[in-house]
Amino acid sequence: MKCNRILATALVSLVLPLAGTGAYAAQPAGTFDQVLPAKNRIDFVFKQMNVPVKGYFKKANVDLAFDPAAPAKSTVRLDLDLGSIDAGSSDANSEVVGKPWFDVKAFPTATFVSSSVKPLGGDRYEMTGKLTIKGKTRDVTTPVTVTQNGNTAAFDGAFTLKRLEFAIGDGTWSDTSIVADEIKVSFHVEAERRAAK
Amino acid sequence: MNAPDQYSKPAVVVHWMIAILVLVALPLGYYMTDLSLSPRKLQLISWHKWIGFTVLLLFIPRLFLRLTKPVPAPVGTMPGWQRAVASITHAVLYALIIAVPLSGWLMSSAKGFPVVYLGLVPLPDLVGKDEALGNVLKSAHEVLTSGLLILVGLHIAAALKHHIIDRDETLARMVPLLKR
Ligand code: HEM
Repeated sequence: MKCNRILATALVSLVLPLAGTGAYAAQPAGTFDQVLPAKNRIDFVFKQMNVPVKGYFKKANVDLAFDPAAPAKSTVRLDLDLGSIDAGSSDANSEVVGKPWFDVKAFPTATFVSSSVKPLGGDRYEMTGKLTIKGKTRDVTTPVTVTQNGNTAAFDGAFTLKRLEFAIGDGTWSDTSIVADEIKVSFHVEAERRAAK
Repeated sequence: MNAPDQYSKPAVVVHWMIAILVLVALPLGYYMTDLSLSPRKLQLISWHKWIGFTVLLLFIPRLFLRLTKPVPAPVGTMPGWQRAVASITHAVLYALIIAVPLSGWLMSSAKGFPVVYLGLVPLPDLVGKDEALGNVLKSAHEVLTSGLLILVGLHIAAALKHHIIDRDETLARMVPLLKR
């Protein structure tokens, strides 16, 4: 009887880590931190006179580290080249780099630095961090959906920011009946993980 | 059907609604285009689009009335060449009253600006965003607009000539107040 117990315990303790390895074989371990810069997309939609206008940034530098086994330890840093903006038309492009808008000469980049990542269950997470535009820093929170495909993961999310909190479009442009305060921002980033040893 | 000597009341009403809107949209279009980008410009462009789209909407009852109700024959004293010029002018005016706002809407779609009528009703995009096409349509809108301006001028000049020089009933048929 006693022998049986010992044997069973020994077997289980042998098999358990194996079971663990089995799970890892299906979904290999490792941190996604090799960002594929060509895949970065930072898009936005703003409303002028209730007309939705789409734009995006052509150059965004993203550094991130995401370990599916320890998502709360994830870190993200974004450096956004504001001069690379496409605000939907050539008129708008020459306008928005100017002083009332992004004042790109004085503030060429916007940055986002994550401060916390909370798992929401499944492949959904909530990320909070500090967004700095035009010298003003605000906390922003955004949902992020992570889609893993082998050794690549895609990170997608969208949130709304209030442009006037960052003095984007001040002076006469602060009239939100012409250009709405809320700007919908969405992002798509892909990263690979280093091959597991 | 016997030709009446009057335009029907709905035809008169729709004619003048379109006339007023076109006479507002034209100078507004020229004025706003020259402004540098500002909140005011965006506002005026929106109003311009709403006015222009209203013209397009009014064209539906206009065409329906034109096709279903008899129109008065040209006044008897008119020489044949004037009748011909008048009917050509009217046909081209009808065509431009559709083509001008339609080209504006097409341009707006191609430039990536959906039209939201009165800020409330999103209209479908007629074409996808395409900058090159947008520039072509902008030129089209300008050329058609110039054509409309010339024809509207001709149309008004002819109406006044009938009224002041020929002293016939032509203008009074469209302006019942002027009946003498
Ligand atoms: C009766 C109808 C209309 C008239 C008489 C009219 C007339 C004009 C005129 C005179 C201009 C200035 C053109 C120039 O630069 O030489 C203009 C510009 C313009 N129109 Fe219209 N228009 C009409 C309808 C519309 C509609 C329905 C739309 C859009 C839905 C529209 C959109 C525009 C835009 C966006 C411009 C500015 C183009 C630019 O500067 O980029 N128009 N229009």
